[in-house]
Amino acid sequence: MASGMQLSRDELGAAYRRMRTIREFEDAVHTEFAAGTIPGFVHLYAGEEASGVGVCMHLDERDAIASTHRGHGHCIAKGVEVGPMMHEIFGRKEGLCGGKGGSMHIADLSKGMLGANGIVGAGAPLVCGAALTAKLLKTGGVAICFYGDGASNQGAVLESYNLAKIWNLPVVFVAEDNGYAEATASAWSVGGTQKGRGEGFGLPSREVDGGDFFAVYEAAGEAIERARSGGGPSLLHVKLNRFYGHFEGDAGTYRLPEEVEAARNADPIELFRQRIVEASLIDASELDAADREIEAEIRACMVAAKAAPMPGEADLMTDIYVAY
Amino acid sequence: MSKKSYRQAINEAMRQEMERDERVILMGEDVAGGTGAAGDQDAWGGPMGVTKGLRPQFGPDRVLDTHLAEISFVGAAAGAALTGLRPIVELMFVDFMGVCFDQILNQTAKFRYMFGGKAVTPLTIRTMYGAGFRAASQHSQCLYPVFTHIPGLKVVLPSNAYEAKGLLIQAIRDDDPVVFFEHKAMYDDEMEVPDEPYAIPFGEANVTREGDDVTIVAFGRMVNFANEAADNLARRGISCTVVDPRTTSPLDTETILETVAETGRLVVVDEAHPRCGMAGDIAGLVAEHAFDSLKAPIKLVTAPHAPVPFSPALEDIYIPGVDKIEAAVAAVLDHDRKVAAE
Repeated sequence: MASGMQLSRDELGAAYRRMRTIREFEDAVHTEFAAGTIPGFVHLYAGEEASGVGVCMHLDERDAIASTHRGHGHCIAKGVEVGPMMHEIFGRKEGLCGGKGGSMHIADLSKGMLGANGIVGAGAPLVCGAALTAKLLKTGGVAICFYGDGASNQGAVLESYNLAKIWNLPVVFVAEDNGYAEATASAWSVGGTQKGRGEGFGLPSREVDGGDFFAVYEAAGEAIERARSGGGPSLLHVKLNRFYGHFEGDAGTYRLPEEVEAARNADPIELFRQRIVEASLIDASELDAADREIEAEIRACMVAAKAAPMPGEADLMTDIYVAY
Repeated sequence: MSKKSYRQAINEAMRQEMERDERVILMGEDVAGGTGAAGDQDAWGGPMGVTKGLRPQFGPDRVLDTHLAEISFVGAAAGAALTGLRPIVELMFVDFMGVCFDQILNQTAKFRYMFGGKAVTPLTIRTMYGAGFRAASQHSQCLYPVFTHIPGLKVVLPSNAYEAKGLLIQAIRDDDPVVFFEHKAMYDDEMEVPDEPYAIPFGEANVTREGDDVTIVAFGRMVNFANEAADNLARRGISCTVVDPRTTSPLDTETILETVAETGRLVVVDEAHPRCGMAGDIAGLVAEHAFDSLKAPIKLVTAPHAPVPFSPALEDIYIPGVDKIEAAVAAVLDHDRKVAAE
């Protein structure tokens, strides 16, 4: 917590706004999905905000991230604009990906966001490639792989630990462990520990409380600094909670009601807010004002997305090749 | 111009492109061979010696031995292509696609579409295919129809050393992901190949023989068998057009349809299995668009719907041979005589 508190007032404000924006975005999508206006599969990041934001606060335009099914939060944490994101989730022509990707494949390469991914664990090899580019072109960039406890059992991820290690790539593997791979508990499905697995491949590895922004920020800072300075890859095992089901529509009966309640009571954004207000770093009234502003922003982009035109038949066969 | 093998032509294409553009890198299992060992750091140059000499010239940053784990290094090549490099990744035998296909099928091929046209993925996947090496079921398959099926990929089948050099240079310069198939039985085949770099465009078929009686469309190594069959048949007074499509995606449908319109007869030769393969695909194309010009049923010459066998006695009959092509041409022509006799 000590090093996190060294953040400037502006940085703390920015971290709060990013986390609040993710929460507001996800809550709005949750409500709309229930109303039946959003097509396809949607997986929400609410409750996990401190991880994405705590990591991405260290990143800039040189850096790349790969995400998961649960990618909205990573997008926002990396600075992707919420308007085009919302359009994309509604399948609109002006969406971030022209309505061709949707929630599960949302990406913004101009921001170094290499995509949510419909294939569990598939981002890990891609991140090794992004890190190789940064290393060979000497951009000073790092690449972050966000993945879940479910993905941590994929060969793609385990292979990538090894490749990142033997090529000494500037990668940080951020295992976001919300306790469930879909509906199956990670306590049952993961043999050994995430930390032990990382160490087995020679990666400096740490367990982090994902409910505590400052803990994530500090641990990520150390790992990212190591990567940036040529010290190679690291692993963070971030333990956190998801507020909603695996996907929207998941009744979530595999979790006990008190478990979900306890998770919601340990809200990482509320905890962050409490700490910075108690330490007199930012006024509560200022944060309240930010809340209202973010709420209005998300409401506006929701209204705009719902009213926006769909892609047309002419769009079906574009964007397959650069030239064919 | 000088005499070069298929192997040398492919090596030269990579070398010249790596000299031209420092973003071009090469990675794969033992593409140098020897990394981390005490001895020669360019011990292999790939299992067939195709990449030999590139490591000493371009160094370990641009010619990277990988670990033996295809998901991660093929995926890393895709990620590097997506972020600014132009990697050539060697998937040693195409049979190994079974290990890493997600990174090709669901990642590489889909980026551009899923990301609304904003992704450019200039990745070249070089891979060996084909029977004739006594390498049996897991090191001998063709599998290019599988890749051809997938929108977002381009698929290249060079039929000789000249074609290999020009098509590989095009693949490396191409901004889309390309799967480049090298037939392992052709590496020592030599011919005159220009020394300077040149690119052969994709989607433009090469007509290697011109004739009036039958069109033979053949792929990869089979183009050479088709040429040989055509030359043998010419001595018997039968003249064939042989079409080498060069790429199965994009496919030059125009040249195929035009030549069939001229000859009215079609034989397709494909070393892949018959179901959902290129032979059936070309037959379907012609049946749909050139039915009226057909004077006889189309004949397909393919490998059987069986894994590639090990025993030389079996593998030799597995591979579509020149004799089978000649017999198919004769059968197609025989149809006319049968109809006339009725």
